[in-house]
Amino acid sequence: MELTKLIARRAVQLVIVLLFVSFFTFLLVRLLPGDPTDIIIPFGTEAKKAQLRSDLGLGQPLYRQYIDYLGNILQGNLGRQYSSGRPVSELVAQSLPVSIQLMIYAQLIALLFALPLGIWAAYRVGSRSDAAINTTGFALLALPNFVVALVLSYFIGARWKWLPTGGYAPGWLDPIFDGTRSTDIGGHFNYMLLPAITLALGQIAIYMRLLRSDMIATLKENFISMARAKGISNLRILWRHALRPSSLTLLTVVGLNVGALIGGAIVVEVIFGIPGMGQKITLAIFSREYIELQGYVLVVAVLFILVNFFVDFLYTILDPRIRRGRSAT
Amino acid sequence: MDDLRPDAIPESSGSTSQQIVGESIERGFLGSSSEIALAAVETGPEGEASRKKLSIGAWLAIGWMGFIILIAVLAKTGIFTWGDPNESFVSCARRGPFSQEGTAANFILGCDSNGRDMLARLALGTWTSLYVAVGAILVGFSIGGLLGIISGYFGGKTDTFLTGLFNILLSVPGVVLALALVAFLQGSAETASKSSISPEVILIIAIGIVGIPLVGRIARASALSWTQREFVLAARSQGAKHRRVIIKEILPNVLPAILSISLLGIAIAIVAEGTLAILGVGVRPPTPSWGNIIAADRGNLFTSPHIVFEASLMIFLTVLSLNMLGDVVRARFDVREGLL
Repeated sequence: MELTKLIARRAVQLVIVLLFVSFFTFLLVRLLPGDPTDIIIPFGTEAKKAQLRSDLGLGQPLYRQYIDYLGNILQGNLGRQYSSGRPVSELVAQSLPVSIQLMIYAQLIALLFALPLGIWAAYRVGSRSDAAINTTGFALLALPNFVVALVLSYFIGARWKWLPTGGYAPGWLDPIFDGTRSTDIGGHFNYMLLPAITLALGQIAIYMRLLRSDMIATLKENFISMARAKGISNLRILWRHALRPSSLTLLTVVGLNVGALIGGAIVVEVIFGIPGMGQKITLAIFSREYIELQGYVLVVAVLFILVNFFVDFLYTILDPRIRRGRSAT
Repeated sequence: MDDLRPDAIPESSGSTSQQIVGESIERGFLGSSSEIALAAVETGPEGEASRKKLSIGAWLAIGWMGFIILIAVLAKTGIFTWGDPNESFVSCARRGPFSQEGTAANFILGCDSNGRDMLARLALGTWTSLYVAVGAILVGFSIGGLLGIISGYFGGKTDTFLTGLFNILLSVPGVVLALALVAFLQGSAETASKSSISPEVILIIAIGIVGIPLVGRIARASALSWTQREFVLAARSQGAKHRRVIIKEILPNVLPAILSISLLGIAIAIVAEGTLAILGVGVRPPTPSWGNIIAADRGNLFTSPHIVFEASLMIFLTVLSLNMLGDVVRARFDVREGLL
């Protein structure tokens, strides 16, 4: 069947890309000038340095080092943080669920607002409400994340004291990754709401504009006139008939953001003191924990690629036109 | 045909939404909302009005950009200054509009936590921020554009290699990449020589490198379509060398596509400078930039909000203006026509 062939081809591509990315993160540490051990643990004892050298396999030829590195990754061994001796995989298990939850909340909030607004703007295209929605969206696009974060923490956090402006409590996903953590759902949402809104605000604008333009095109289609002629209510036409064919682009972009936000929400995590991947990456860079950094970059990049693969695949499944067009070539 | 794009969108259905998706893939990795402009602008209603007169908004945007460029140049050259940006007035420290400490009599915009005049700092900061942003765009656009054109023109293995390279760079979130690059460059600049490169140049290089794959992919797509045109074939059959064909035939056609996104690029770079400053790797004090003014007094947000908000407002208005002008330019150049 054509579909299985397509999946197989994409899977091969995926493996190649993953190999390239792992090679890139591998080079990250090997390309450090001079003796990498002097940079990673400048004040370490000779014994510690020797340990690191053998961990990295520095005496061996490069291809051998890479194969060992790859073998280690596949076994879940990402090396260790040298200041504390803790395995990087453990640190990832602590910070990754934090970022994933933040990303999920941000996407949910963004879609919650963007869907009705986008549909409304498309339905009333050219009207005042359309213009107002568009102008607001345009202004939101010009607001950098850190500005939104600071404005929100000043007003909602400090002036009106509605929500805390920094800190974190484990939520529902943390114990699954790291069994030692206990959840505090109330506190969790209290801490996560402001950062999630911050991330969502910029995305509302894009999602809304994407949906609006696709929706306008869909509403001109014959099947919409047909539905209207049959006397179906406007609300039902908009949500049931027009939304699905108009949401493919939106779906793709949401998917891409899901991938990008896992490690890309750094500023927001830093400003609100959320101990996610972004904050960990910053700390690793400043404390020159290159092995730790290497691990984070690898995890973030692999997740991003996997999400992209999945979204691309979903896109193919959802839109029969693409599936057929693809198999014809 | 088997390129390494993990996010390759099937080419078969060439609707506009496909274009938007492609653009959105290209944006989105600095994680900041402004670069979304690249994606969202595509869908803006402004396109239809492209041939009409400029709107009031566009004129305001031009006015604002002219205003800040004037301020920046005046502050940098010292033809007209608003006082010394590094002079401290103890009595004025942390005072300003909306500050808990009260307003400062002789300083309209107040002072930062060290008692330095905000007006003077913002004026010189405008220069620094614009300098870094424009520099980064020049680096990113020239290298990215060149690689993209080479990739699209030669095709085959060169193309596979370069697109693969772009995609690997794109699979790391932009902020992470920029942060790592700045840390790496600062580290090697310190160890390499005493006469280290200025922090501004390091920022320019880092932000520029992050931009390379973004511009590269746009240039590649454009070059790919122009390479298949008859006039390129004609030039080749007359015996023109590759270099000549690229410079004389391809480049002039690809240039509008690249230039039309440069204004949006500058907006993104301004935000990137701010982001990196907040993460602690921006322009080094005492040199002011919009980003490091915010970064330095982020801790005083609750008591003296004017410091952070004045710089934020500068960033917001500038990014807004650039996005608006970027829209106008894009609509005028009508990039999509070139991609057909």
